[in-house]
Amino acid sequence: MNLAILKKIRVIVSIIFIFAISIVFLDISFTIQPYFSQYPLYLQFIPSLLKFLSIGSIATFGFIFVIFLSLLFGRVYCSSICPLGILQDVFTFIRNKFKIKKYLYTKPLTKTRYFFLIISIVSFLIGTTVGLNLLDPYSNFGRIINNIVRPIIIGIKNIIVFVFESLNIYVLAPIEFKGVSLFSLMFSISILGLILFLSIKYGRLYCNSVCPVGTFLGILSKISFFKIGIIEDNCIKCGECEVICKSNCIDSENEIVDFSRCVGCFNCFDVCPSTGISYLPRYSKSKSEIPNSDKRYFIKSLAILTIGAERILKAQQKIEIYKDSTKPILRKFPVSPPGSISISNFTDNCTACHLCVASCPTQVLQPAFLEYGLLGIMQPRMDFKTGFCNYDCVACLSVCPSGAILPKDIDEKKTIQLGKSKLVKENCVVYTEKTDCGACAEHCPTKAVKMQLDPEINKKAPIITEELCIGCGACEYACPTKPYKSIYIESSAIHGIAQIPKQEKIEQKIDYKEEFPF
Amino acid sequence: MDRREFFKKGSIVGLAAGTYLTFGDKINLFANSKTSDPQLYDLVAIKGGEPDLMFDKAIQSFGGMKNFVKKNQTVVIKPNIGWDTSPERAANTNPKLISQIIKHCFDAGAKDVYVFDHTCDNWTSCYSNSGIERAAKDAGAKVVSGGSESYYQKINIPKGKRLKETTVHELILESDVFINVPILKSHGGAGLTISMKNLMGVVWDRGYWHRNDLHQCIADYASFRKPDLNIIDAYSVMKTNGPRGISEADVMSFKSQIISTDMVAADAAAAKLFGKVPSEIDYIRIADEMKIGTMDLSKLKINRIIL
Repeated sequence: MNLAILKKIRVIVSIIFIFAISIVFLDISFTIQPYFSQYPLYLQFIPSLLKFLSIGSIATFGFIFVIFLSLLFGRVYCSSICPLGILQDVFTFIRNKFKIKKYLYTKPLTKTRYFFLIISIVSFLIGTTVGLNLLDPYSNFGRIINNIVRPIIIGIKNIIVFVFESLNIYVLAPIEFKGVSLFSLMFSISILGLILFLSIKYGRLYCNSVCPVGTFLGILSKISFFKIGIIEDNCIKCGECEVICKSNCIDSENEIVDFSRCVGCFNCFDVCPSTGISYLPRYSKSKSEIPNSDKRYFIKSLAILTIGAERILKAQQKIEIYKDSTKPILRKFPVSPPGSISISNFTDNCTACHLCVASCPTQVLQPAFLEYGLLGIMQPRMDFKTGFCNYDCVACLSVCPSGAILPKDIDEKKTIQLGKSKLVKENCVVYTEKTDCGACAEHCPTKAVKMQLDPEINKKAPIITEELCIGCGACEYACPTKPYKSIYIESSAIHGIAQIPKQEKIEQKIDYKEEFPF
Repeated sequence: MDRREFFKKGSIVGLAAGTYLTFGDKINLFANSKTSDPQLYDLVAIKGGEPDLMFDKAIQSFGGMKNFVKKNQTVVIKPNIGWDTSPERAANTNPKLISQIIKHCFDAGAKDVYVFDHTCDNWTSCYSNSGIERAAKDAGAKVVSGGSESYYQKINIPKGKRLKETTVHELILESDVFINVPILKSHGGAGLTISMKNLMGVVWDRGYWHRNDLHQCIADYASFRKPDLNIIDAYSVMKTNGPRGISEADVMSFKSQIISTDMVAADAAAAKLFGKVPSEIDYIRIADEMKIGTMDLSKLKINRIIL
């Protein structure tokens, strides 16, 4: 069999994946997102792994498939499924249109690779996803698309709409864009800049030095059943494979392939004139191992970091213990999205890919800065300045690939209590100005906030029934007072269950023949 | 008229008149000039039929839609589409009524009919789940978003006491005819929401109204551009928990409709129909005092139709 065909298959599969994943993030009309997102994201390693640890159902076996695949054929994931890897290939493809880069074998950056892998694992073991959050290639790709590309697409759409409407054509509508979080934007730009630079200059160096998924799958590749190696008898030592290898992992002179760094792009098969390089069974004679002290370094660093990590662990717990009894004026914690069960479940499982942010029709979900603490950086929270949670919407619950937000049906979602509404009388216009308002009660979908006569001021003032409150933030969003709101959602660290509002049927006593009262 | 043309005309008129203020009055003059035909009635109240059928009957008392819409004019219809709820919940104007009004406008020779609202819930959900988007498009109208600030143009309200300037959806400023189609509902903050309160959905910054004496601002805005026609949908009426409501249990079947060119009179009649005293709804009383219209129904020629 001519293995060169593998390259063509890889190209087609990778185009399908990057296209499908981008569409999921860029669906600015919200039409296919909730139904379609689970399919292209099923195989994304980190989200799938986290979801498995969180709920462990058949819907989460994607990462097992990836492990299995890597144990058979090495890191094919990195070239065919990983969107950030594919994006780098797109960059190198474009670069090659101008000037074809020739690669040479380099030594692996072993310490750097394992440093990032250990950071991810240790931070995860002590209960924070911050390492994965910052390093997971899928999440970084998601953030690049959501924070950089999506706003551009929305801007272009709005310009088109403006031109159309100037011509009196009203088939499209503009999108009122509420802005991106500055930190997330800067971070996404930095990562994009980094991979753009590294991919153009050094091929897949990012994947072989920074990416923890790449390093982890690289460890699996070392024991994979099939490995790419050079067949001495066939090799004519032309060096074509080495020159085309963007992972710099083929040493054609010594006939060595460092398979732990091979991203499975199969370009070498494509260029080899003599079938001198091929997939070989594990115990064949090719010299594919390079001896080094990987394992010892790995274990040593793991031990060192675990000790240092204890301190971070204590800092992390602060968000949960910080719960004293004094009357709060400011929110104690950020409000986490519905379906996230609790702030800790959310921060433990979220990789900040921002797909929920991209899927939220009201734009209430926004990336946090330091609201969840340093370790929860860029994880989304409910920002009631930009919107409020739509009562009849489960968009974010149906798209989350990592199990940070779990799927619920609409009836259950309507009873999830993210927090409880609190009134700050000192700010409320009904009390300060003695004029009617009712913006909060008006927006409340459950009538947890109602206007009731306050005899002291002889005005209708907001009154809150906490059991009915779902913490959707409609009251807070609608509250007109400036700069501080008069009603706000006090977040529940663990989401509660709200009562379903009682429905008292209005008596129908209308006589359609009765005269008008005027 | 498109945006650019509007700006051009606006600046010419503005220059000629010297001030933007005069320009605001100009619009009102144009608006009044086309309802110059002698009216048979000031207000029509009808009950006992379906919304579309009641409208067919009621509009005859005003000599038909042709008295309001002339050939090749543009019409903007402002229903209440504030909430992401189904038509049965009666939080939004009845889609059948909207559809029928659009048909009458086209029959009268309208060039374009636009429908929009600045919703409270996410606008795309409100438009589709209220059934109004489908009904309006099927009837041939152009359904326009009210959810982007870029649509809203600055205006002055010379007679306003608390609300002296605001930004208004360009369709209200550009269209020849303005038809206001509120639904009668209970309202936690304002008491009732009817015609004048429905106009909160044509401005961008509602928070200002809430902060600065809601009732006064509602009345102030009513002095800016009065709708040429107010058609109050009281087919299904949310008696309690308004304006959003909790469920269909809040809704009572009234099978009624009130039409008037006078917003204050229309609101007074609708308040009575609901079972409230008009003068106890502050914005109705204030608007009457500001002579925006009259809440004294005894002075009006009213056609009462019971089917």
